[in-house]
Amino acid sequence: MEQDDKKQASNIFSFEFWKQREMDLYVGKLLRYGVFTACFITVLGGIIYVMQSQGMPDYKPMPGHHDQFKGVVAYLRELNTIIPALLQLDGAAIIQFGVVVLIATPILRVAFSAIVFLIERDYLYVVVTLIVLAVILLNMVFGLH
Amino acid sequence: MIDLTSVSIETFSLILFMGAILAGMVGALTGLGGGVVVIPLLTLGFGVDMRYAVGAALVTSIATSSGAAAAYIRERITNVRIGMFLEMATTVGAVVGALVAMYMPTNVIAILFGTVLIFSAAMSLRKKNQTIDYSLPGDKLGVALKLNGSYPTADGVVTYNVRRVFGGFSLMTLAGIISGILGIGSGALKVLAMDTMMKIPFKVSTTTSNFMVGVTAAASAVVYLQRGYIDPGLAFPIVVGVLIGAFFGSKILMNAKVKTLRMIFAVVVTVLALQMMYNGILGKL
Repeated sequence: MEQDDKKQASNIFSFEFWKQREMDLYVGKLLRYGVFTACFITVLGGIIYVMQSQGMPDYKPMPGHHDQFKGVVAYLRELNTIIPALLQLDGAAIIQFGVVVLIATPILRVAFSAIVFLIERDYLYVVVTLIVLAVILLNMVFGLH
Repeated sequence: MIDLTSVSIETFSLILFMGAILAGMVGALTGLGGGVVVIPLLTLGFGVDMRYAVGAALVTSIATSSGAAAAYIRERITNVRIGMFLEMATTVGAVVGALVAMYMPTNVIAILFGTVLIFSAAMSLRKKNQTIDYSLPGDKLGVALKLNGSYPTADGVVTYNVRRVFGGFSLMTLAGIISGILGIGSGALKVLAMDTMMKIPFKVSTTTSNFMVGVTAAASAVVYLQRGYIDPGLAFPIVVGVLIGAFFGSKILMNAKVKTLRMIFAVVVTVLALQMMYNGILGKL
């Protein structure tokens, strides 16, 4: 993309020039909306979470047993258990959903870049981008549970 | 340290939120990123388990990186090809790092974190080398991968040729592993790989590094979520607080002379890093 900058910038009437501008605009919007949406969901969930909570959760490490870790409740670890809890207006699940939206934002951006490279007919980078996407998605599916 | 058993959840969330705003500001002003300051805040300040702290930091890194990237794209400095090519190294590294972290004692993680933090603080204060001729012929691999590029400056368009692609790629794998273990963007290591190794101009390497932080963090975040390291009670005040803090931090960065401020914060971060290492060695974290 960068090498073609001068060529494209010199011809502001070219289709490529405007196409490029628009793509950058979309990527910027995608990132901004993603972060805003995640923040909004998280704050909303946070308010409900505080109202629903029954006392302070324990975040301390177990003294003398640093190798043991309980972690958060099981239903807050997977999207397919977060969503049903979310529909029951569970505050913690709403926050986790906001976190999932946040994690999805850069991943969507990578997917979007693949499309941009495809439009530019830069097939080498379509492959590179798809490899990056594959690493993330395979990890999501086959990751250790 | 604040005793968690004596406070209500409302007070705890509020204190955490305000701490996160401060962490976001320090992160933006030092250029270290918000996630980095969250770990000592949670472990040293609140006595939270290292693993929860790492989970919260990781989510924060994604938020601040994506927020800042939205602004950089319009300026067209980020080299998306370099970013995506090196992303192959960092995402694989991040997944490996996140898996390694599961079996690593938390005090070892604390010591490693302290070391990386001191290194990052030193990197943020170092003088930028302005005398490099970026137009010198670069690596053959860089040409084949179409990594060379140009970016706009006040004095016109600067073209640059990328060097030592293989070395940069290897160093990026290491950066990925470290961000997977520690839940931080390890931006300093990424900049080191691009700036020192590949001789990419500073502005391009910092913005491209920022672009990469979110993707790298997202790769390991999935493992962290599945392992129960990401706690909602910590995530909501921290993510929102750090984003607000980072926003104001970047405004201060634009308007004020921040050299002294940067210095003070770098010293603060170094002290925190030493304290983390000390507690790690004693096995308290």
